[in-house]
Amino acid sequence: MFERIWYLAVKEFIETFRLRRRVFFIFVAPVIQLFMFGYVATMDVNNVSTAWLDFDKSKESRELSRRLEASGYFTIVARPASSKEIAPLVDGGTVLLAIEVNRDFSKDIKKGRPAQLQVIVDGTDSNTALIAMNYVNQIVTTYATDIGVPIEARAAPADFRQRIWYNPDLKSRNYFLPGVIALIVMLTCLMLTSMAVVRERETGTMEQLMVTPIRPLELMLGKTMTPALVGFIDMLMVTMAGVLWFHVPIKGSLPFLFLSTGVYLLSVLGIGLLLSTLSKTQQQAMMASFFFFQPAILLSGFATPIESMPRIFQYITYVSPLRYFLVIVRGIFLKGVGFSVLWPQVLALFVLGMLIFLFSALRFKKRLE
Amino acid sequence: MSFLRIKAMARKEWIQIRRDRLSLAMAFALPAMLLIIYAYAITFDVDNILTVVYDQDKSSTSRDLIARFAESKYFSIVASIDSYRDIDQYLDSGKAKVAITIPFDFSKNLHIGRPAPLEVVIDGSESNTATIAQGYIAGIAEAFNQHQSIVPVAPVIDLRNRVWYNPELKSRNFLIPGLIAIIMSVIIALLISLAVSREWDRGTMEQLISTPVKPVEIVIGKLAPYFVVGFADTVMSVLIATLVLRVPLRGSVPFLFLVSAIFLFGGLCFGLLISIGARNQLTASQIAMLTSFLPSFLLSGFVFTISNMPAVLQGFTYLVSARYFVSVLKGVFLKAVGFHVLETEVIFLALYGLAIFLLAVKRLRKRIE
Repeated sequence: MFERIWYLAVKEFIETFRLRRRVFFIFVAPVIQLFMFGYVATMDVNNVSTAWLDFDKSKESRELSRRLEASGYFTIVARPASSKEIAPLVDGGTVLLAIEVNRDFSKDIKKGRPAQLQVIVDGTDSNTALIAMNYVNQIVTTYATDIGVPIEARAAPADFRQRIWYNPDLKSRNYFLPGVIALIVMLTCLMLTSMAVVRERETGTMEQLMVTPIRPLELMLGKTMTPALVGFIDMLMVTMAGVLWFHVPIKGSLPFLFLSTGVYLLSVLGIGLLLSTLSKTQQQAMMASFFFFQPAILLSGFATPIESMPRIFQYITYVSPLRYFLVIVRGIFLKGVGFSVLWPQVLALFVLGMLIFLFSALRFKKRLE
Repeated sequence: MSFLRIKAMARKEWIQIRRDRLSLAMAFALPAMLLIIYAYAITFDVDNILTVVYDQDKSSTSRDLIARFAESKYFSIVASIDSYRDIDQYLDSGKAKVAITIPFDFSKNLHIGRPAPLEVVIDGSESNTATIAQGYIAGIAEAFNQHQSIVPVAPVIDLRNRVWYNPELKSRNFLIPGLIAIIMSVIIALLISLAVSREWDRGTMEQLISTPVKPVEIVIGKLAPYFVVGFADTVMSVLIATLVLRVPLRGSVPFLFLVSAIFLFGGLCFGLLISIGARNQLTASQIAMLTSFLPSFLLSGFVFTISNMPAVLQGFTYLVSARYFVSVLKGVFLKAVGFHVLETEVIFLALYGLAIFLLAVKRLRKRIE
């Protein structure tokens, strides 16, 4: 039995790597994706283009604008002279934020009256807008404290000391890149598996395979070995590039990452086999993989936290292997936790993988007979 | 160019589209599905942040503070804990994202007028959520301090935020208009990439060539029926976005559809160009997927702000036609701007379409000869 699986696996291996296009797809495409994600996928808010409308032109207002720019979050790109000029700037997308300083700004500060400051934000990109507003708030509050009444004169406030764990610089790259491993392993292995089976059917060599003494289960195992190997290699490649090139910290254990990737592959390969039973041509298999992949990523917590989703979508995420694997890779990379903390996810992934694999094995067998 | 021949060509293609029920169903089901998932499951709005509280003080003041967190929709308190070890456990396992520690002497310090520090630990691995959570915590802290101070203190600076276009800062309003561009790019490229490669695959291209039909007529004849399907898709997506998902459409509807038509034309020509160059259907759809999905998703400014990208990638975005369409969609939907603001985008889209069209005709002529 092992001999037969081995022969099939070797045949698959040769067939997979014979085509240069496929080698490109397996090894180069993931690297391109990683770099695109590494450089593009950032939710960090920096250099917000800002219009500064200063009616006061005082020492105080200049100091405030200096602080805004020095923070690195804002870049003043326009200095309009009247309020009317703001609308075209925001409409055309030249600026995302406009700050208007009242004529009496410095006078009010000196007299102890609330000095007015008007901020206009382009809310189209809700996320950037919210974060930019928070930054303005922080900077203005700090400024007000610095110039304001001496501390003793005020009622003692509760002093919230915030500490950030795991990702102290709050870099979104550190959050995204570990997730990309899950993404790339799934996409590559899904397509490889489903197409490997359908290819035999399309070229008519499935009949030839069936007249050999090989059994369906052996056929399945032989077919999934190469994709599994590719999955591990891709995982390793992305991890290395992430750590060495993008300096994403990896705090946890590498062997544990290997182990959990193996468990994750169980589900991925199972789904790939399942898709292969649904498709007639390689092209259909590819489409099916792609269309399975889309909702699978969206409903996994890859980009947005699951807790913010409506209840019903939260329930759907429980059947997604990505959901569990994402928690595991992020745990390993950012939190440095291991099996003792992540065992529920590993267990869920294992059970899910076994179920998917068994189900597709049954379907696969039926299709063959 | 003969209108009759184009019509005959278009009719033949139309019959072929209608026969391929699967692809046609996909062309309408996929956009609907993606729009719904994005609208409901993908939200950058941060609420229900899982929070644990370690209240050492157990006074009425500390309870008041905790109540403020519990009552705000942004935090949901999942547990009261009673040791620092628990903080580790909750954050490591991801069961909580924020941990608030109120020390023994918190209320005592507040009453005798000393600054009362309290410690907030935030899980930074989801950098975006963490950044936004920081802002919310600052807001609650300020309200709490205002309430605590015996003498009401007027703020030094009265900061007034105004949010334009998307005042509730709903991420749905930000995502859905751009998403229409992404969906259209992918669907169109996939559908039409098969249009010519199918003829090569089946050997019917020779038959076509032996008729008097000219390359330019083939291209237009092939485009026309797909244009109808694509336009129907756009109308459907806009209807779903406005009627079902309640995304405001403030600008001019005719202008929106006009630009959509221009974008469709360019996208279709691009798909056709791939299809002419590809050896078979499989290659064609592989290339179509790779060249349409990733660039339009990552490099169009749909989610990730273009000005945050490295300069090289920013340069690339100018070649991605979805970039222009995304800004038109966002502008028309949310900002109610029209041609005078978006003229650069519209002109670029038109030029792009024309260039790709000429290229496709030239390429087909060369391949036929």
